[in-house]
Amino acid sequence: MRMRTAAMVAATTSLALALGACSSSDNGDGGTSTEPTSGATAGASEQAVAGDITVLTNRTDLVDTVFADYKTQFETMYPDVNVTFEAITDYEGEVATRMSTDDYGDVLLIPNSISPNDLPDFFEPLGSVEDLSKTYRFVGSEMTFDGTSYGIAITGNANGLVYNKKLWADAGVTDMPTTSEEFQTDLQMIADNSDAIPLYTNYADGWPLTQWETNRGGVTANANAVNELADTDTPWVEGSDHYVIDSLIFDAVAAGNTEPDPTTTNWEQSKADLGSGKIATMALGSWAIVQMQEAADDAANIGYMPFPAQVDGKFHSVISGDYKNAVNIHSKNKAAAKAWVMWFADESGYAADQGGISPRIDGPTPATLADFDTAGVEYIELTPAPAGKESLVSDIDSESEIGLLNPEYRQKLVDAARGARDESKQQLFDDLNSRWAAARASVEG
Amino acid sequence: MSLFSTSVRANAVRPSSAKGPLRDRFFKGSTPWLFLAVPLLLLATFTLLPVINMMWYSFTEWNGISKDKEWLGLGNYLEFFTRPELFRVFLVSLYYFFASFIQMGLALYFATILSFNTRFKNLFKGIIFFPYLINGVAIGFTFLYFFRPGGTLDASLAALGLEQFQQQWLGNPDIINVSLAGTSVWRYMGLNFVLFLGAIQSVNPSLYEASSLDGAGKWQQFRYIILPSIRPIVGLSVILAISGSLAVFEIPYVMTGGANGSMTFVIQTINMAFKSHKFGLASAMAVILLLIVIVVTALQRKLVPDEKVDLT
Repeated sequence: MRMRTAAMVAATTSLALALGACSSSDNGDGGTSTEPTSGATAGASEQAVAGDITVLTNRTDLVDTVFADYKTQFETMYPDVNVTFEAITDYEGEVATRMSTDDYGDVLLIPNSISPNDLPDFFEPLGSVEDLSKTYRFVGSEMTFDGTSYGIAITGNANGLVYNKKLWADAGVTDMPTTSEEFQTDLQMIADNSDAIPLYTNYADGWPLTQWETNRGGVTANANAVNELADTDTPWVEGSDHYVIDSLIFDAVAAGNTEPDPTTTNWEQSKADLGSGKIATMALGSWAIVQMQEAADDAANIGYMPFPAQVDGKFHSVISGDYKNAVNIHSKNKAAAKAWVMWFADESGYAADQGGISPRIDGPTPATLADFDTAGVEYIELTPAPAGKESLVSDIDSESEIGLLNPEYRQKLVDAARGARDESKQQLFDDLNSRWAAARASVEG
Repeated sequence: MSLFSTSVRANAVRPSSAKGPLRDRFFKGSTPWLFLAVPLLLLATFTLLPVINMMWYSFTEWNGISKDKEWLGLGNYLEFFTRPELFRVFLVSLYYFFASFIQMGLALYFATILSFNTRFKNLFKGIIFFPYLINGVAIGFTFLYFFRPGGTLDASLAALGLEQFQQQWLGNPDIINVSLAGTSVWRYMGLNFVLFLGAIQSVNPSLYEASSLDGAGKWQQFRYIILPSIRPIVGLSVILAISGSLAVFEIPYVMTGGANGSMTFVIQTINMAFKSHKFGLASAMAVILLLIVIVVTALQRKLVPDEKVDLT
């Protein structure tokens, strides 16, 4: 259960990593051989859809039930194909290691640690971005390189905060907060009127803190927000996405409206506590809604609110793809593997079952986001990185060792806010800015 | 009639150092190697080869997945030495280092007491050794419950009427390392205890009788009889303590992930590799740790040599 949620979270946040600016891949990458897109797909479709394929998945909990059904349905459609599943508990770690060999299944989810300029070495091109983006979401900006798409999302997630409706209502909050100040006031009202923890950071498990990151772009309603990170020396400046998000966390912790001892938080327990009214709010992707509902006594109590920021009087939420299905470039049955990838996105209904956004543009909107529809939230899909700059942002991020999608820097934020570290908020932001600037100079220079 | 039986019969009438046919000597001499072949193969495959690989990575810049690795020479090592924040984490190891002396002291105390006739001594031996057998991850999770506000430790203090000592054992950055080092002591004392117990029991018991006839008390028996005889084991334990505290990883990683000031050198290396995708720098850090441990061990052997003391 832990690994599944952690994996889904990591997948949600992998969007930004895939977006980047220029890649410094001038050290011999030009020589990497990629077949021209049309040639590859033509070759694949000439092969019959037949053979044995192995599908790698991180859903150890679904592989014997839901996936077994998918296998039956798929094999009815393509009788010459035999599908075997391999469910891996530590998906990221194991698959990243297996990718140094040729043996990593026929169909697999692209691990988050892959940077875009490595995609052509490991995965089969699925089509051009231009063609695929007519039918599928998230294709333009995620897991693409050089105008070619290498992965189709299995489901999509929106970003916001999951909350206990009854607790918020009982504390006297009537409307969803539209600014950070309103949010802090609301948290204080919950603290004053109940015993619940207003905002739970899940500091100890770490990865829940990375869920705040994917709100970037939604705060300022700027679909180009991630790409612009590569062009600025001060991502943490007043008014910017990161400044607003991280200030929100800092101020909530400094006001004492989070858990008293962050080092002993417990993710599994927090799911039950949100449902039972011991926790009021947690920042998670929309994939978590289904899990919270299952853990709650009354599923109707679980609500989802957008990040408290409005532009032009409207909320915005960034939607991004979860993990992407891809075909191993060393696969012996590429046509069959590709057929599975497409079938999974088109016909399996996985996204709808999991309460996620469908990977198809014409797919159904999930019931879990009903609150968003009521609040009139506008969805934003981040724009793709300019050609040649796909991994720039993630390169700068790695070089600076900040780790936008890792928990460490936000853990330091929480520590400083509760007095365990000496720095002030501005000092922390200044330090982050200077490290980002130095890394930027080093990567681009 | 096998080759071996021929040589056995032949050697039965000759002294053991006599020369037999070359083929026989080869077979006899090679038997130990044949037995060792499988362990050596495993050692080479799973220890030596990866270490050599890692040393090679330390001279390159690699993100862990990409097919090309850029050669940097000593670049990673230079980078490590020009970044003080990377070796500031060794200060955290000092907590574990001092804790390991407490650990050895306690282990020695219990080993001494339980070598003599004490009631229920086998039960106590079991209780002391048992934590070492438990998986480190399980211990980490158990102690997280132990240290949380309102958890086992706080509840025990309340039951004893000591509420004023209740505090955030992990949340307070000043004592988080003490809490984690304490967990480490609980876990590893059993190993030291068993080593010392075995060594103490090899001391000739008539020495105790002789010394008590001469009027020696328990403390004098310990200081002049037991301690000198187990010197090699104590030396070994100190080496293990030093290298263990430099490379401490499991307990802090499972319990806090290195947050709130509990970051250790190995956790930092792991993060450098798997979160910042800097495999070259991380490999260099690992090699540097290996060199530090070798240097410290060599120093310690030089300063406190390991002669066996003859008590007869």
